[in-house]
Amino acid sequence: MSDHFDVTRWRPAPFLPERESRDGALIFVVAVLCFLACLTAMGVIAANRAAAGWTGQLTGEATVIVRPRGGETPDAAAARAAEALAGVAGVSEARALEPEKAYDLIRPWLGDVSDLADLPVPRLVAVTLDPKHPANAKALSLALKTQDIDATVDDHSIWIKDIRRAGDVVRWLGAGVFALIAGAAGAVIAFATRAGLAARRDVVEVLHLAGAEDGYIARLFQVRFARLAGLAGLIGAAGSGVVGAILRLMGGGEGLTPALPLAWTDLIAVVPCPLLAAIVAAIAAQVTAIRLIRDMR
Amino acid sequence: MSGLDFGLAPGSFHFVTGPSGAGKSTLLKLVYLAATPTRGQVRLFGHDTARVTAQTRPRLRRRIGVVFQDLLLLEHLSTFDNAAVPLRIGGHRPTEYRADVAELLSWVGLGERMDAMPATLAGGEKQRLAIARAVVNRPELLLADEPTGNVDHDMALRIFRLFVELNRLGTTVLIATHDQDLVARSGKPILHLEGGRLEHRAPHRPVAS
Repeated sequence: MSDHFDVTRWRPAPFLPERESRDGALIFVVAVLCFLACLTAMGVIAANRAAAGWTGQLTGEATVIVRPRGGETPDAAAARAAEALAGVAGVSEARALEPEKAYDLIRPWLGDVSDLADLPVPRLVAVTLDPKHPANAKALSLALKTQDIDATVDDHSIWIKDIRRAGDVVRWLGAGVFALIAGAAGAVIAFATRAGLAARRDVVEVLHLAGAEDGYIARLFQVRFARLAGLAGLIGAAGSGVVGAILRLMGGGEGLTPALPLAWTDLIAVVPCPLLAAIVAAIAAQVTAIRLIRDMR
Repeated sequence: MSGLDFGLAPGSFHFVTGPSGAGKSTLLKLVYLAATPTRGQVRLFGHDTARVTAQTRPRLRRRIGVVFQDLLLLEHLSTFDNAAVPLRIGGHRPTEYRADVAELLSWVGLGERMDAMPATLAGGEKQRLAIARAVVNRPELLLADEPTGNVDHDMALRIFRLFVELNRLGTTVLIATHDQDLVARSGKPILHLEGGRLEHRAPHRPVAS
């Protein structure tokens, strides 16, 4: 008996070679896809947070433009409007803003006028709404009308709609990119399985003739490619995690920018990547292998 | 081939002889379900091979041991791993069979080459490995296509004795060969293929070895 061979320590070698020359390229391609998928996931989460933040700010506030009537001064009209609005159910606070705030808003159109105070500039009242039961624009308008105050209520509903629509677009876009990347990864794995089966036709033939079932042989390819994709997923996830961490650090406390506030917890989004990659690969390899093995039977 | 009509009784031992291209390999392929007849019927363990389902086919194949003419060894597996393939597919645990595999490999003269890769084996060693793989799970039917083509006379006789021993234990044996000397010494019945026709020939008188 061979000096080097100990039968009692023998363990079956895998029917498919553990390493193939094509493995490196396959791992690289799937890792890049996983990297992009993870960045997409983090981007979608950050964009969602930004949209939720903006919507929250806008739904919690309303702005009322007050125009003075008759001999009433603008400041008096604003004060009266603030008082009327403060009593409406669903309003936490109503505060007449300083005239300078209104001047700041119209200055870009009028230019640097020396004495803005002489102009009939409307005053602004900032209304903070009860976050649980916010008052709507109709209730605010009614309260002002009851007090005979000429005013326009802006509850930011136009902006909120736009932001929500933009949030939905980002979500769907993210889901689309995700599906596209998963599809591309599946196609790459299916292609690799096809090449692997062609290269290992001898294994398929021997196992078939020795009585292996199609499913048994397909599982060999399934496990092999799931492992490779899992490894690629790990590399891609780690890479995107590092990039996410750098972006977070670069952005300080507010993330990369206030428009894309990346949080440390968002990095958790990359964790399922290796498992998802392995699952996509396992399905693609199984479907491809079964079909080809049946043809080779 | 046409007009073939023969049966292999359980426990029988036959040689298939004939010139190159007579169809010996095709005949074996028809039996081990690698080919289906364009006409007629091949029945294997009571099943019409043209009609066996995808589920039944592997089960039938596991009852057959085949020594392929081109050997079909897996180049990335060691001698030991190649020999153990049918047992692994049969779902046995390594602890159940590794001692038997080692014993069989020693018996066919590969005891010193168990961890060798097929590429490093000589032609005769490869052939003996293919034989070991075919018989390792004690098949009910053993088919061998030129099993002694690359081995010397002594090893050919040794292999033949292994086949006889398996046959004695109940395995039905069908061997396609050019080795007229082996056929002459065996005293076993012959199915002779020539011109697409099959001829049943009586066994030669066995020659004492």
